[in-house]
Amino acid sequence: MKLVIQMLVTLSVIGIVSGALLSELSGWAKPKIEAHRKAATEKAIFLVQPEADKYKRIESVKFEIYEVYDHEMNIGYALPYSGSGFQGNIRLMVGLDSDLEMVTGLRVLEQVETPGLGTKVTEKFFTDQFYYLLATPSIECVKGAKPSKDNEIEAITGATISSKAIVRIINNGMSKLRSLRKEGKL
Amino acid sequence: MKKSVSLSKEYLKGVWENNPVFIQVLGMCPTLAVTVSAINGIAMALATTFVLFFSSIIISSIRKLIPAQVRIASYILIIATFVTIVDLVMKAEFPDLSKALGPYIPLIVVNCLILGRQEAFSSKNGVVRSALDALGMGTGFLIALFLLGGIREILGSRTILGLQVMPDAFEPWLVMILPAGAFLTLGLMMAYFNSLSIKKEEKQKASIINEYRVLKNNSNKSEEDK
Repeated sequence: MKLVIQMLVTLSVIGIVSGALLSELSGWAKPKIEAHRKAATEKAIFLVQPEADKYKRIESVKFEIYEVYDHEMNIGYALPYSGSGFQGNIRLMVGLDSDLEMVTGLRVLEQVETPGLGTKVTEKFFTDQFYYLLATPSIECVKGAKPSKDNEIEAITGATISSKAIVRIINNGMSKLRSLRKEGKL
Repeated sequence: MKKSVSLSKEYLKGVWENNPVFIQVLGMCPTLAVTVSAINGIAMALATTFVLFFSSIIISSIRKLIPAQVRIASYILIIATFVTIVDLVMKAEFPDLSKALGPYIPLIVVNCLILGRQEAFSSKNGVVRSALDALGMGTGFLIALFLLGGIREILGSRTILGLQVMPDAFEPWLVMILPAGAFLTLGLMMAYFNSLSIKKEEKQKASIINEYRVLKNNSNKSEEDK
């Protein structure tokens, strides 16, 4: 019985001390971590919406989406959206025009694709293809040829699955926004 | 408690003859997973050393108060506390590095190097020795991860610590930054370090045999003289 009490006391004391220490530290770290996250989001928004000078989060929608402004005029949206890639989750920041017909820019925020192959989707030559790209009815991915239509992009050789995943994520995000707009929520 | 091992030996054993990666083969998961670049290796090793150092100090100083039945649970609690501290500080101060190391920082909790040292060393030794042991193991871990990360970075992406060292004409070996590259490099390095210690052992043996021969000759001679 004495041993049981001793075990309980030891573990409780360690747990309490540890918890107190960590809650103190977390109080210090949380605002900093939040600030980093906000700065990263902000940077990505202005990269995918090059003409914007201000952004605002839309509060009426359940997920994260930002409305961007140029001289107080709404010029479109910035949508962080994720989906599955080749090995894991890909998180994108997509810039959209206000009619939801065009992609204005793309940045890959998080990915765990194959180094040297799939990771090329984060490089400039690939993401630049999405600069003012037509997205009606949807974006298409072509392989081994230069894109011939306004809504086509060229897949990366050796990283077709990753390229297609990016296109699929954008299309999914777009169709979600379009259905929201039909319902009059956006 | 008297010990025959000197304090400097307590530190140095982790660096070389008992190196956690090459000799004890502990902590393989972070070793293989994060060493795609030298800076990742350094950051991982420093984070691990921090956790190892402080948990060793705490555990060795309260080792007599912890009942044997709950010692592992207590160790894990203490280790997890320090890991969370590292994780929060890194996220707040070095967000890029923390992103690169991803889930491997929280996973230090279950790094067998740390729990292994607590169970094998800190739970039986005093604070000073445990601290030195932790620092030594940390240094050994740092050397191993830096070498591994450096080699993989030079061959896999032509750079070291972000600076280009290989000419553009050098085609990067893609395999080096893939998981397979970690196994290849680690295997070759282990083979090299083992061959070094085998050679050292043979030399010692040879010198002992030699000494014995000299002694024998001398005694033979002295017998002849008589």
